[in-house]
Amino acid sequence: MRRTVDFVVKENIPLTSNVYEMTLAGDTRFVTAAGQFVNVALDGLYLRRPISVCDVTDGVLTLIYKVVGKGTDAMSQKKSGDTLNILTGLGNGYDLSLAGDSPLLLGGGVGVPPLYLLAKKLAEQGKKVTVVLGFNTADEVFYEKEFSSLGADVRVTTMDGSYGTKGFVTDAVDGKFSHYYACGPLPMLKAVSKLDMSGSLSLEERMGCGFGACMGCSIMTKNGVKRVCKEGPVFDAAEVIW
Amino acid sequence: MVSKKSCEMTKSAFKASNLSPQVSLSGITLDNPIIPASGTFGFGYEFADFYDINILGSIALKGTTKEGRYGNPLPRIAECTAGLINSVGLQNPGVEKVISEELPKLKKCFCKPAIANISGFCVDDYVYAAERLDKEEQIGLLEINISCPNVHGGGMSFGTDPKCAYAVTKAVKDVAKKPVYIKLTPNVTSIADIAKACADGGADGISLINTLLGMRIDLKSKRPVIANKAGGFSGRAIMPVAVRMVYEVYEAVKLPIIGMGGIASAEDVIEFMLAGATAVEVGAQNLVDPYACKDIIEALPAAMQKYGIKDLRDIIGGAHV
Repeated sequence: MRRTVDFVVKENIPLTSNVYEMTLAGDTRFVTAAGQFVNVALDGLYLRRPISVCDVTDGVLTLIYKVVGKGTDAMSQKKSGDTLNILTGLGNGYDLSLAGDSPLLLGGGVGVPPLYLLAKKLAEQGKKVTVVLGFNTADEVFYEKEFSSLGADVRVTTMDGSYGTKGFVTDAVDGKFSHYYACGPLPMLKAVSKLDMSGSLSLEERMGCGFGACMGCSIMTKNGVKRVCKEGPVFDAAEVIW
Repeated sequence: MVSKKSCEMTKSAFKASNLSPQVSLSGITLDNPIIPASGTFGFGYEFADFYDINILGSIALKGTTKEGRYGNPLPRIAECTAGLINSVGLQNPGVEKVISEELPKLKKCFCKPAIANISGFCVDDYVYAAERLDKEEQIGLLEINISCPNVHGGGMSFGTDPKCAYAVTKAVKDVAKKPVYIKLTPNVTSIADIAKACADGGADGISLINTLLGMRIDLKSKRPVIANKAGGFSGRAIMPVAVRMVYEVYEAVKLPIIGMGGIASAEDVIEFMLAGATAVEVGAQNLVDPYACKDIIEALPAAMQKYGIKDLRDIIGGAHV
């Protein structure tokens, strides 16, 4: 069974001015954990584009992506019924066994999507899930309702204070939590790593292959050289070198 | 578990069509000429998650140096039209760990002789790593990389000067019992002169081409995309350059050639063989499609039939008159 799968676009709708939610139908069997990613092939572009998995249910994959360059722009042009070849089930994903009773999920911008499947799985296990979603401004906010409907305690922060708490995601953290899971831009992750509890960070790097062959995304950690695409993208916050 | 089932299945597919895809590199018989190129296939076992890698002719392992190397700063990858630039910088765990940790993992999923790819920063580095890997039963052939564009003070500097190319070749040949192939850089004025120097040094064969030096500049930051500024350009776009160079080296030396550069189909393989390659390496295509080598091997019988080729050995250098 091949891990390069042709998916059919069901919907591709804008959530904000440049963030899209794409749902696709296809063989999702290789997506086994929240926090994994897929690698999307696009006509005319040599390298596949790594996109984190937002949600997966039987045969339906949800990807949320921000248009930042040629690849994501091409994705945004896709219409219902179009086909995309996707290499699925990449990376390690979040380790649910670390969650404890009251996990804290921290997402910044397009770091928010992979936390959705994580929140869903943790809620299914009966955990008391708290989610902080960080954006720059009110018009960038997405998925607040979706997280709430999972039963999570959802807090939103914006840098300019135009919605929710003004400031960084860390400004909305109060109380005791058992473990944090974070995904977002590097400055955010660096700030989050100073929280006084164990944590898992999902990192992002420019990738060649996405499955460990090219060594394009290798980082030095306290436990030696690791590939963001293969040993990651989720790392123990304690092993990341800033 | 070493599975020979896939090898047998692929062989029988060729047998049924009465075609012979076998080739021979310095006495080593390959079931077919398809070899994943060094640096695009790790130490092989990573790809066993995708398919049974025993269908491959051989595997050129990740470039190995005497000491372990982290490699270059990130970003190391830049996309191009029909290709990519990489500046990985020979990240590898070092020859001792390759032998003690990587080769045992490969042994569990690959039953054929593999190709060790060796880099260094001075002649002694090459000799050290070659001597160690030469003794490994799993290694059938040594590919000496004197062409890495991504490290300073070594690599490509050996491959751009015929005297240095000769010196490295001779020093490695003095210690190696297994066939020694020298992997050449295309970033030279006359690749034929370098190939001749390697032949004079006693090389058993030539591998070519390594990547072309290239650069991309990000228009938003107005700086090179690659942290190391320049890197090695590979992918489909470089194939005509590679075919021309294989053709030139075939005319210059009487040594077997492993041809590579932009191969993505069975037709590409045939083109390289007509230019003078005995076997081929598939590189960048593995990164965009992990099934690339498998698909090429499976497409070979039909391509051979289409072009009236019964035995692949018959077409090596066939384009030369």
